[in-house]
Amino acid sequence: MFIINCPYCGERDQQEFKAGGEAHIERPKQPSELSDDEWAEYLFMRKNIKGVQFERWNHAHGCRKWFNMARDTSNDEIKLIYKMGEKPPSE
Amino acid sequence: MSTNLRVKSSEFIDETIRISFKFNGKTYHGFKGDTLASALLANNIHLVGRSFKYHRPRGIMTAGSEEPNAIVQLNDKTNRTEPNARATEIEIYEGLEASSQNCWPNVDFDVGGINNAISAFLPAGFYYKTFMWPASFWEKYEYFIRQSAGLGKSPTDNDPDIYDHRHIHCDVLVVGAGISGILAAKNAAKNNLKTLLVDEKNELGGATIYQNSKFNKIDNQSSSNWVKKEIQELKNIKNLEIKTRTSVAAFHGYNYLLARENLTDHLEKKNKQGKIRQRLLKIRAKKVILATGALERPLIFNNNDRPGIMLSSAVKKYADFYGVISGKKNVFFTNNDSAYESVLCLHNKGIKVEAIIDIRENSDSKIVKAVKDAGITIHWSHTIVDTKGYKRLSSISAMKLSNDGLSVIGKSINISCDCLGVTGGWTPAVHLFTQSGGKLVFDENNKVFLPNKYPSEQLSVGSCNGDFKIKEIINNLSINLKQFLKIEKTDFDNITVESEEENSKRNIWLLPSDKPIGKTKPFVDYQNDATAKDIKLALREGFRSIEHVKRYTTTGMGTDQGKLGNMHALGIIADTAGVKMGELGTTTFRPPYTPLTFGTIVGRNVGEYFDIFRRTPMNDWQIENKAKFENVGQWKRAWYYPINDENMHKAVQRESIAARESAGILDASTLGKIDIQGSDASEFLNRVYTNAWSKLGIGKCRYGLMLNEDGMVYDDGVTTRLGENHYIMTTTTGGAANVLGKLEDYLQTEWPELDVYLTSVTDHYATASICGPNSKKILNKIIPDLDLSEENFPHMSFKNAQIGNIKCRIMRISFTGEHSYEINVQANYGKAIWEKCMEAGKEFNITPYGTETMHLLRAEKGFIIVGQDTDGTMTPIDLQMDWIVSKKKYDFIGKRSLYRSDTMKEERKQLVGLLTDDPNIVLEEGAQIVSELNQSPVNMLGHVTSSYYSPNLKKSIALAVVRSGKNMMGKKLFIPMMDKNINVTVANPIFFDTENKRLNA
Repeated sequence: MFIINCPYCGERDQQEFKAGGEAHIERPKQPSELSDDEWAEYLFMRKNIKGVQFERWNHAHGCRKWFNMARDTSNDEIKLIYKMGEKPPSE
Repeated sequence: MSTNLRVKSSEFIDETIRISFKFNGKTYHGFKGDTLASALLANNIHLVGRSFKYHRPRGIMTAGSEEPNAIVQLNDKTNRTEPNARATEIEIYEGLEASSQNCWPNVDFDVGGINNAISAFLPAGFYYKTFMWPASFWEKYEYFIRQSAGLGKSPTDNDPDIYDHRHIHCDVLVVGAGISGILAAKNAAKNNLKTLLVDEKNELGGATIYQNSKFNKIDNQSSSNWVKKEIQELKNIKNLEIKTRTSVAAFHGYNYLLARENLTDHLEKKNKQGKIRQRLLKIRAKKVILATGALERPLIFNNNDRPGIMLSSAVKKYADFYGVISGKKNVFFTNNDSAYESVLCLHNKGIKVEAIIDIRENSDSKIVKAVKDAGITIHWSHTIVDTKGYKRLSSISAMKLSNDGLSVIGKSINISCDCLGVTGGWTPAVHLFTQSGGKLVFDENNKVFLPNKYPSEQLSVGSCNGDFKIKEIINNLSINLKQFLKIEKTDFDNITVESEEENSKRNIWLLPSDKPIGKTKPFVDYQNDATAKDIKLALREGFRSIEHVKRYTTTGMGTDQGKLGNMHALGIIADTAGVKMGELGTTTFRPPYTPLTFGTIVGRNVGEYFDIFRRTPMNDWQIENKAKFENVGQWKRAWYYPINDENMHKAVQRESIAARESAGILDASTLGKIDIQGSDASEFLNRVYTNAWSKLGIGKCRYGLMLNEDGMVYDDGVTTRLGENHYIMTTTTGGAANVLGKLEDYLQTEWPELDVYLTSVTDHYATASICGPNSKKILNKIIPDLDLSEENFPHMSFKNAQIGNIKCRIMRISFTGEHSYEINVQANYGKAIWEKCMEAGKEFNITPYGTETMHLLRAEKGFIIVGQDTDGTMTPIDLQMDWIVSKKKYDFIGKRSLYRSDTMKEERKQLVGLLTDDPNIVLEEGAQIVSELNQSPVNMLGHVTSSYYSPNLKKSIALAVVRSGKNMMGKKLFIPMMDKNINVTVANPIFFDTENKRLNA
């Protein structure tokens, strides 16, 4: 059970949060211009890596804000939490 | 048996309080302070149970939670019965009843014992190999296997006890209150850290509390006296909370630990009543100090499982702590010095030790010299090759070990004895450390796995960190604690400690016998009857991964999780496969450390508290009017309202006719309601719904369908434009929370530029929906000044109105196909408005109807229910709802997916109506649909999603999803059932009033 430092509320128990999958997958601005393969890439393809992964999290039982998290999936260490719209850290 | 096996009064046993208990139906006595195990031993009972597979007689082996053999059924045939309780942990109380498990008809004579005689035919994987074929025989095998398998019986009645959960936050959690834990907790608390100290036993002090060896001294006192003084001091320290009888079950990431606090198990029945039995502690600690100690290892030799064969430290604890001797003629078998402590303990109490069998060549430590001086025979370089005595050990035979330790030589020595104390050294209890994600390192020298990399703010101290001698424990603790807690000094920085320095041992994982291994029974996992030869067999058959060997042989898979034998299993695998133990690694340590009751896990969340439920403001009225309820999401929704002894069918038929012929009323308060405001609200709706919203006039309502990005229908409902920039959206009852979450997600992450604000108002409004040809008259009686003409208040429009002083929003929308109105009021007026409608509708026989009638009425109209007629694989096109998908809009959620090659396929399952040839047959929802009956394999076209007998049409109707259904109008299909085939015809899903005339009637 993690302790997550919500960028708006501070440290809270993981129970208050909902995970929302891989981060930084932007919805295409012009979906109709995309081929089936390109659309499928956006729609279905997600990474599932061992190591540092960028994820979306939502403080569902709190401020209900979405934010990003860089988490090491091998040991659950949360490396960084940053707001929606901010660029992912380079390392 | 009159034998008195109490040696001397122990300070831990109160001999003035005699306690009677029953074991296997017979009454025995013990004293306050006894465990069931110590009391049984005092009554000269070693035989406690039978083993799982061979049904071999088994006795008490240990004095702690690692016990594999002495597991009993408590209070059988009562609602408090509990299987697999460890006799070594049960504190006896007046009236306790315990019985042996895994034996029939009784522990003394067990029919299953025949498995022992035929054990040669029951090797590892026997069940896997044998019962695989012929497959049809499994049903026959299963009966016998179920009869003879299993450990104990689970209770069949409700648990009468109360359980509880508690959250604890602390600076430092110390697990284990042996000498290391006590010192760590004391120094943490004294440095202003909020500290919690927990121990699974009822006494603090671990093994040190009863150590009386003259070789262990702290501050020039015996270590036990010194620890007792420290414990006294603990009680006066602020900041320190101590919990005994509290076993840490799990150590998760981020220093989150679960512990079970046992509150009443040691009390007699009358004192248990009304109290919390066990409490699950959910502990969040800034720092964790593990002082979980070490478990003594047995030795693996032929027939090492007989009652009377115990761990050497257990023999000592029973004597020193409980004042009970485990045998009159004792032999010890060892590879290290710790057996000698037990020997001296017995010797000093005047109890006979016949001999010591030591696999080492020699030792000249002080303690060994003391034993030699006492005149006790030591057979160096010897190993036990066999033991005798079926239900109680009667003798052992030993032989000299060869130099390489792989075989035995010379003549065998027979020694008669009734108790054998065994020690193979100590295994640090690293279970919690590894559960938390810690990585172990193998110490080749001491043959132990030790904590290496800490995954969180934690520290292992004492023997769980590989420090076994008191001097190392205290010295290392002092250094590590200062660093870990960032403190300047500890209380015991300069204390003088004397302990034995000598630490010689000789490790042989599997001891040889004079017989070939195939003829021996060297048990590694006592509870599951896995022997060394099973492990070797698994390796011969090609298993290499320790996780596979474990599962194939079941080693370490009992209720004790192999606390005693796992290291030997690893050692034997490593030796046999010729790999290093450090490279082999360990099997995964998983929670819980000791078993948890289900009661503890669920706590208070039982019965009506199992899940939260939501009630509408009309709920009281519905209860008063005898409504039957169904759960929809967390809501309790009125299902139907039976009159007299109507069954559901009759009630629903009556309600359905009334709603169409005169007037019905439905509580629609549970529908999700989201208030949407902002200058971009219309644009937002355009993006989330499939249809167009920009041109919806103020005061108008529109039905919308919401898709997932994959094009599948996600939710539906009517949204009303209340003002230029103000909408109220309704969602399905079950989907409300998810829809809000999804909308918020898009607003925050994809379209943050939109000026839109969402507020859930589901609980803020109560909704009464009145429908039927007389609904207009009823509403007119309630609000006479509201113009209900078609011109002023047409279908799909909205009015603000007032009923008395109560403001209300009225939508003229319909889910039944009838002329109807939804009256929304502030929730606390819900019941009043409902009652007003009932009163006004009395002359029209207004009939309250529940969800079942609602479902029937909408099915007559072919309206879908998301989640019943859809399952996350249906596009609007599949639902034949093409009309709601805007062709003009550039984009909306899910639009692109509607043009994927897969979603455009003709042969997708599509929603159709089904009519049975016999109008009286009502199809089963979920029934499969085929076009040909005698086909193999059967080509299943789809299934029935909704099915009812329609009283308004006087025939059965159904909705179904059928492959290529759109093109099958009028086609005959079949529904094969268990007892008959039903003929059906594909039909238009709108069965009733296809022209929608009734909406404006």
